[in-house]
Amino acid sequence: MARVNLILLALLTACALGLVTSQDKNRKLFAELEREQERAKQLDVEWGQLQLEQSTWAMHARVEKIARNHLRMSVPDATRTQVVVPPAEARQ
Amino acid sequence: MNYAASPVLALRLPLWRSRMLLALIAGGFLVLAGRAVYLQGLNNDFLQQKGESRYSRVLDISANRGKITDRHGEALAISTPVKSVWAIPEEVQYSAQQRAKLAALLEMPPREIDKRLGESSSFVYLKRQIAPELAERVGDLHIPGLFQNREYRRYYPGGEVMAQVLGFTGADDAGQEGIELAFQSTLAGKSGSRRVIKDRLGQIVEDTQSIREAQNGRDLTLALDARLQNLAFSQLKLAVERNKAKAGAIVVLDANTGEVLALANLPTYNPNNRSRLSGAQLRNRAITDTFEPGSTLKPFTVALAIEEGKVAPNTMIPTAGGSFSIGRATIHDAHRFGDMTVAQVIQRSSNVGAAKIALGLQPAAMWDMFDSVGFGSVPRLGFPGEASGKLRAYRTWRPIEQATMAYGHGISVSLLQLARAYTIFAHDGELMPLSLLRVDAPPAGKQVISAATAHKLRDMLELAVQPGGTAPRARVMGYRVAGKTGTAHKEENGGYAKNKYVASFVGLAPASAPRLVIAVMLDEPSAGEYYGGAVAAPVFAAVMEGALRMLGVPPDAPLQPLELPPAGSEIKESV
Repeated sequence: MARVNLILLALLTACALGLVTSQDKNRKLFAELEREQERAKQLDVEWGQLQLEQSTWAMHARVEKIARNHLRMSVPDATRTQVVVPPAEARQ
Repeated sequence: MNYAASPVLALRLPLWRSRMLLALIAGGFLVLAGRAVYLQGLNNDFLQQKGESRYSRVLDISANRGKITDRHGEALAISTPVKSVWAIPEEVQYSAQQRAKLAALLEMPPREIDKRLGESSSFVYLKRQIAPELAERVGDLHIPGLFQNREYRRYYPGGEVMAQVLGFTGADDAGQEGIELAFQSTLAGKSGSRRVIKDRLGQIVEDTQSIREAQNGRDLTLALDARLQNLAFSQLKLAVERNKAKAGAIVVLDANTGEVLALANLPTYNPNNRSRLSGAQLRNRAITDTFEPGSTLKPFTVALAIEEGKVAPNTMIPTAGGSFSIGRATIHDAHRFGDMTVAQVIQRSSNVGAAKIALGLQPAAMWDMFDSVGFGSVPRLGFPGEASGKLRAYRTWRPIEQATMAYGHGISVSLLQLARAYTIFAHDGELMPLSLLRVDAPPAGKQVISAATAHKLRDMLELAVQPGGTAPRARVMGYRVAGKTGTAHKEENGGYAKNKYVASFVGLAPASAPRLVIAVMLDEPSAGEYYGGAVAAPVFAAVMEGALRMLGVPPDAPLQPLELPPAGSEIKESV
């Protein structure tokens, strides 16, 4: 009887230690998850800001101004345009 | 002396004393047990709450407002987190050096900071909506009594170009104008919350309750094309400046789907900096303002007459003399030609011709025509403040009113309604429902006139932009264009203002298979010219040319240079 009790006691201790370890692991992993989620949120914010920046730089008014004034580009008028109809469309 | 020999043991006490003691102790335990049951089982909320408040916290999960993009996914409105700096003035303590640094960071004069702090003793905003990096540097000053909280701010990269269409949001990130207001429920997010356990370091250890997820607002894809919008805006701006107009508006519609591809207004404002705003800048006049359209309505009168078989394009209308009296009123034409065909009435924009055609029609039929192309009823775009315009019941029409209505007086419409009405000519007689959002499949239109009539009208409208018509300057090289000018006196104090005009042009191209409908309106052009053909038609041509090229629409006319007649030589339309 005493031996059974001893074995059970050892088993119980092992279980208890296991529980403590897994709880600790759980918390550590959870903290890590939290950190990563926070980072994801940060990156999301940054993405939004970058999108904003991109569309600000790429605004058509700005691009057109640079192209016209800085690079001296202009839209070719229709006399200097040749229209090519792709063969597939021409057959229709 | 040992225990057993203790004389005390020899004493005999009465039995009731030990019984009473036992009963008292047992009673005491019972009371304790009862209290324990009461606190832990029956009335445990309070203690549980107190216990939880030691370690658990409720965190807000913020939700993003959806972004607005154009039809190609280019961002037009994005929310991004910013910080607001607020203070509890009673607790603020800083050195003179800190104060100077704070003032420099917030870009406020130090005296302004002192003034703000003096306004209240418990709570005051120092500056709202500053960039997160800046807020971090403010935080690094470690001034007690100074706090920050997170807010969202909406940015509009397009700025003034599409200000009235998009509208804007207030400080609480809720839509106040335009699409931001119209689609508030779609765009707005719903913030959530979660209850968590934190350890002594402030780290979150675990979630305790089910999490109420934050719902981000949904993104909105507009029908708007940012490139087209920019083109339309810049051309309109040029024209408004050149003609010294008070205001202007332009609408570009896709003739096949009814999508609003561009919609610009002047005067405008910068939605990112709204410190000084007036109602004139805010108004989306293409949608919310109505005007008497003038001659741009003639094609509808003629379409009805053709549809009813009353006239054909080559029927002669007795317009010789250039004036026509109904009762005491007389209708004049600007030029005197001889008799004209119906097609020439449109080409030269003859009021007399339109009036004579109209008088052969039933008022009820005319009302039906105007009503079925959407005049007098809101276009149901979902846009705040859509105007319905004015179309009076036909029973109240006198003959002179019926005649003037034939050429667009005594009726008022918004520019958007006018553009939409022209989809019946562009889309084989079908009136298309409009959409501010991108549509994937073309919606079903409503047949108003037959396809044959629509084709005949298109041919007539093509004549109007040829030399000999009212708007040769609306032509675009390489494409067949069809359109109609409008010039009308402005209504003022119940009468017509003598020297104030509204010039407009509505047209479509390519005429062989219309792709776009563009309507342009200029309010009070005052640099000398005021005819729709001279003021509004060039805007139409410039925008149409650029738009067709951007959309890659194949030309349907030979690429020959256009010979523009000298300015002012076009046929003056009747006003």
